[in-house]
Amino acid sequence: MYELFKNLGSWLVSGEQWTGSDGIGHRLAEHLQYSLIATLVAAAIALPVGLLIGHTGRGAFVAINLSSFGRALPTVGLVVLVFLASGLSMWPVYIALVALAVPSIVTNTYAGMTAVDPEVRDAARGQGMRAHQVLFQVELPLALPLIMTGLRLALIQVVATATIAAYVSFGGLGRYVFDGLAQRDLVQVLGGAVLVAVVAVVLDLALSGLQRLLFRHRPAATPKSA
Amino acid sequence: MTIDWTWISEHGSDLTSLTLSHLQAALTAVLLGLLISLPLAVLAHRVRPLRGFLLGLSNVLFTIPSIAVFVLLLPVSGLTRTTTVIGLTIYTLVVLLRNTVEGLDSVPQKTKEAAKAMGTRPMRTLFTVEFPLALPVIMAGVRIATVMSISLVSVATYIGDGGLGQLFTDGFQRNFPTPVIVGVVLTLLLALVADAILVAVQRLLTPWTRTRKG
Repeated sequence: MYELFKNLGSWLVSGEQWTGSDGIGHRLAEHLQYSLIATLVAAAIALPVGLLIGHTGRGAFVAINLSSFGRALPTVGLVVLVFLASGLSMWPVYIALVALAVPSIVTNTYAGMTAVDPEVRDAARGQGMRAHQVLFQVELPLALPLIMTGLRLALIQVVATATIAAYVSFGGLGRYVFDGLAQRDLVQVLGGAVLVAVVAVVLDLALSGLQRLLFRHRPAATPKSA
Repeated sequence: MTIDWTWISEHGSDLTSLTLSHLQAALTAVLLGLLISLPLAVLAHRVRPLRGFLLGLSNVLFTIPSIAVFVLLLPVSGLTRTTTVIGLTIYTLVVLLRNTVEGLDSVPQKTKEAAKAMGTRPMRTLFTVEFPLALPVIMAGVRIATVMSISLVSVATYIGDGGLGQLFTDGFQRNFPTPVIVGVVLTLLLALVADAILVAVQRLLTPWTRTRKG
């Protein structure tokens, strides 16, 4: 075990490992690219849906079922299925990652909206605010902590799952995991896994730091895997 | 992308055994996860300094990609079912631990004090007062963990196990969509049925929540 960790250490710090087109630097950039694009696309789809469901109070059924459906959907199967349908392209990876991220964001956005005190909403309306003003100036700011929680959760899941891009012969940190698996090279697999975990944790900390910076006066919500 | 229905009817018994093996892996993992996380959650609930450490640790475990977890277990438990189950169990811990801690936190302090005042010992209070009252939140965690495990079993395909996940590699290697579609549909069905059963179990175990709402 000690030998393994020593080898892992030298694998991670060796200079040549970090440069070149199959170096850690390049793989890291690819992994970040897949993860960030997928999360941004998912947010662009899921935020309006979550806000709409929360604001109108209609379609809560959809939001709740979407989350359990999203959790039950086997990502590997989805990647392979889209791969067989579309051929060798980035579509399988992005579609699977977006499908993975959308439910967490929708349900947390919806949860944040329902957590807004109805009296606050009524007071805003009583002061003559229009529907969109209530939504953007009252409900949205109050729901933001939970919305951010949903985004953080989605990003962690996406970063961990972007590993799968390598299965359909793309890059990212999953390359080390799958190549190591094929070559029975445990150090390489371990290195890939550690790097993915570090990226996920660092991004999560960065988002929570940003959240604290932006909304200092509001209590932080604990992450919910809704 | 068309479905080859004759393939399905020809492989009925294979599909049944894959489904059962899939279910067995997921359910064993959730049961083991419960066995580990219940005592840890009590510990995290009562000993404050441990709380952040335990919850933080389970969060970090959650960020490691599942494929890597399975592979990293290979030197320990080899290409076996044990590897699948341990890997899945690790994933259930984050949900089960957090929900059980939250559930125990949600039990009103006054209720616990009342139990204490009536002379109920701490262990007995835990089993007859705290756990039953925390049950709805704990069960929410069990449902998430079960659905998540059922969906994750497929990843163990890369280490030669994986239940219905074997259909994905089969379809991928032969460029044949039918097994992949069947695998995805069966996994979804399995998850939905398991979830519905857990909802029914929860209603049976917490009769008081029904009368309160009515």
